[in-house]
Amino acid sequence: MTESLHADVSIIGGGIVGACAALFLRRHGLSVVLLERGLCGAAASGVNYGGVRTQGRAIVQLPLSMRARALWARLPELIGIDGEYVQSGHLKLARSEADLGRLEAYRDEVGAHGLALQIVGGSAFRRAYPWLSEQAIAGSFCAGDGHANPRLVSPAFARAARAAGARIVEHCAITELAATGSGFVVGDGRSVSVQSRWLLNCAGAWALDIAERFGDSAPMTSIHPGMAVTESVPRFMDVNVGVEGGGIYGRQTARGNCVMGGSRGTANGALYGVPTARAIGELCDRMAALFPPLAHAHVIRFWSGVEGSLPDHQPVIGPSPTTPQLIHAFGFCGAGFQIGPAVGEALADLVHRGRSQVALDAFSITRFTSPASTSTGAH
Amino acid sequence: MSTKQVVIVGAGPAGMRAAEQLVAAGQRPVVIDEGARHGGQIYRQPPAVLQRDRRDLYGFEAARASAVLDRFDALRPQIDYRPQTLAWQIEAGTLQLLHAGRNHALPFDALILAPGATDRVLPFPGWTLPGVYTLGAAQVALKHQGCLIGPRVVFAGTGPLLYLVAWQYATHGGQVAAVLDTAPASAKWLAAPRLLARPAVAAKGAYFVARLRMMGVALHGGVTLLKADGNERVRTLSWRAAGGGTHTTGCDAIGFGHGLRSETQLADLAGCAFAYDALEQAWLPTRDAAGRSSVRGVYLAGDGASILGADAAELSGARAALAALEDLGLSPAEPGHAAQIERELQAHVKFRRGLETAFAPPSSWAADAPDDLIVCRCEEVSAGELRACARETGTREVNRLKALTRIGMGRCQGRMCAPAASRLLAHTAGCALHEVGRLRGQAPIKPIPIAMLQEQPPSRQVAEDQDD
Amino acid sequence: MLHRIDGARREPIAFELDGRACTALEGDTVLTAVLTNAAKLRESDFGGAARAGFCLMGACQDCWVRLADGERLRACTTFVESGMRVRTGA
Repeated sequence: MTESLHADVSIIGGGIVGACAALFLRRHGLSVVLLERGLCGAAASGVNYGGVRTQGRAIVQLPLSMRARALWARLPELIGIDGEYVQSGHLKLARSEADLGRLEAYRDEVGAHGLALQIVGGSAFRRAYPWLSEQAIAGSFCAGDGHANPRLVSPAFARAARAAGARIVEHCAITELAATGSGFVVGDGRSVSVQSRWLLNCAGAWALDIAERFGDSAPMTSIHPGMAVTESVPRFMDVNVGVEGGGIYGRQTARGNCVMGGSRGTANGALYGVPTARAIGELCDRMAALFPPLAHAHVIRFWSGVEGSLPDHQPVIGPSPTTPQLIHAFGFCGAGFQIGPAVGEALADLVHRGRSQVALDAFSITRFTSPASTSTGAH
Repeated sequence: MSTKQVVIVGAGPAGMRAAEQLVAAGQRPVVIDEGARHGGQIYRQPPAVLQRDRRDLYGFEAARASAVLDRFDALRPQIDYRPQTLAWQIEAGTLQLLHAGRNHALPFDALILAPGATDRVLPFPGWTLPGVYTLGAAQVALKHQGCLIGPRVVFAGTGPLLYLVAWQYATHGGQVAAVLDTAPASAKWLAAPRLLARPAVAAKGAYFVARLRMMGVALHGGVTLLKADGNERVRTLSWRAAGGGTHTTGCDAIGFGHGLRSETQLADLAGCAFAYDALEQAWLPTRDAAGRSSVRGVYLAGDGASILGADAAELSGARAALAALEDLGLSPAEPGHAAQIERELQAHVKFRRGLETAFAPPSSWAADAPDDLIVCRCEEVSAGELRACARETGTREVNRLKALTRIGMGRCQGRMCAPAASRLLAHTAGCALHEVGRLRGQAPIKPIPIAMLQEQPPSRQVAEDQDD
Repeated sequence: MLHRIDGARREPIAFELDGRACTALEGDTVLTAVLTNAAKLRESDFGGAARAGFCLMGACQDCWVRLADGERLRACTTFVESGMRVRTGA
């Protein structure tokens, strides 16, 4: 028996962006139905590294990221739990003089946009971070960054949205999707069908299927970042660590487990990712080489996920050029966790007031070729 | 005659008999064994220096054990046997192995998974105290290390292993303080007709019970296990009798377990389909009568596929090997032999139904578990925390429960806590056990060292600094 | 503590446990070596309670111990070697 629902806004996708949008829409007094294929916050939003990081983002993302910081600071008020969020600071390492040069250039560039970074090198660096190997020669420290537990945070956004009056429907795979004269109809063809004025496409790595139904497109592919976690080891790392040039990033949780990333996996069906053994081996080598305290540690779990990636490393956020009242937010290229809450808030603003507090022009889907262009599609 | 790479994981009765069939067909199978010597758990061989006699080690099973152990020994030159090797991941057609700190990729044309089983654990408060072990552990201590888990032991839980291990301890100088069976005595009579499907085995079970009684060991049925107590080690086990009275039995050690659970992690990583088995109250990889899984080229045998015991494992190991040979186009079809094996296995399946009826795990376990019971001993997560999470978040799925509470996130990946956590979740959510699903397997199936030496040079580094 | 009943003559193996000189027998696993000399193998990662293994067959992963040089091993599946320096404290 199909339940027929009416709402101001339908949201496809219950990750951190969709769920947060639902929460803020409810705060604006709008009615919301969110449809999630599986369980909210179980895809990329729930299995990512957990970095809550502004440092390293392109200038164009700084306004969103700085706005997100203010939301992260209020996390317990928003979602009822602390999500193990800690403002540990983010340390981006230089492994060469050339790396250091790039970190210094970035520091200078973002300083003018309100992001203060401190670069430490030489003996001061060694004294401050004795647990790093000789591979690291200097680091850029961003005090306002940190990390959190995505497994707790992302589902909690959905629960908060539900508690605020959003209708959240899980185990709901979209089969019915169309623009009507006055809005949209979305449903799974068996249990629920929703008519709404607005539609938010927050379907993550699978968002192209939704976008293309309306003639919108983007050259999004799927990536599968490989992750590893160690057994609990005595605490030695008190900052969230990344490296200039990429390849490894790591953090240590309050319980002592070290979460590490920096490898690539492959798809495991359409919904899951799995790290390859080769990638795991490389990640382990890098972990051992950079973090001497982990020399004898054991990895107890590897995993990956499915993340949408776009060639310019920026997400798509903003209204559809073809379909009124359709808004897209997808393709976060592995960096959607920290800005996710700000994106959700911006989507709610777009619906409620017609504009967002933060400028989103740089993320318009129109920056790619015309809507008629082919996309490689998420897979 | 073409040689294919057939790989067997496990060197217990199933793995050993699978190897035998492959050698008979002119193949040189690779046998991956996590142990130091072939034999698996039930026929585990102690280090040679212990000079143990086979009758002493295997009791009534000595002849069967010798037959299969010696056969494998004789075939060793024709087998690529790799002891102390952990298979930690499977990718399409390749097994990842860890041996002596080195990582090695082994491609296969056919893979026979025979990884065996461990005890099914439904814990009671105090089970993490030093001196509290599984029934399997109590056997390993005796068989493999010539030790008892303590001079005075209480054996508890249910299953045929309960009586076998208690008898083994009683006849090896151990003082058995009590045997506490959570299954009611009546259940055994209900199951009797099915148990007669294997009369010799049923008779042995009755023998152990009779001998223990004659030795004056206190045997109790229909027991509810309450709490193990002790300061730095266990000193007592409190329990409630079928009639209602509470008792406390002094001990130096406890050996407990509620039947066995199949090790299915590798089947999961291989992509095998799973189905809920109502008899074993567990999710098992699906297989046909020959042991073919849902994945082409992957076969399942022994207790790792379904708990049927050692004798059945020998049969299913041989049958799986015949299926692999047939599918690889390597032996003329011998329907007689394969069909004969499948017929013999039927008696084992019937007997198994009888055992599960006689020794069913306590259905009231989840309702009885106190909030302060530690369910996940790796991460120290309590029953109360699981219940609270399920209630507060509306969670009805075990992987979501894992994400929110950390059960199953520790080193053992849920081997010890999944049966208990699943039952608690189902009970709290008010749904059937199978509805909460099963924990999704993740590599490595056991902890592996970061310092593991890789065999390939690193690939060119890709800029991935946007991932975090 | 584990209780020996084995009667075979086996070579003694000298090892160190928390700085204390101890003796095990050839064929002992590290778990047996430690638990015939002391009541615990390690302290739990969370809360520090004493642990002494559980399954003895490499499944429960409760018996990982540290050596003095930081190396880690699973006590029930590793044989004790002469000169091993085992640490049970945090």
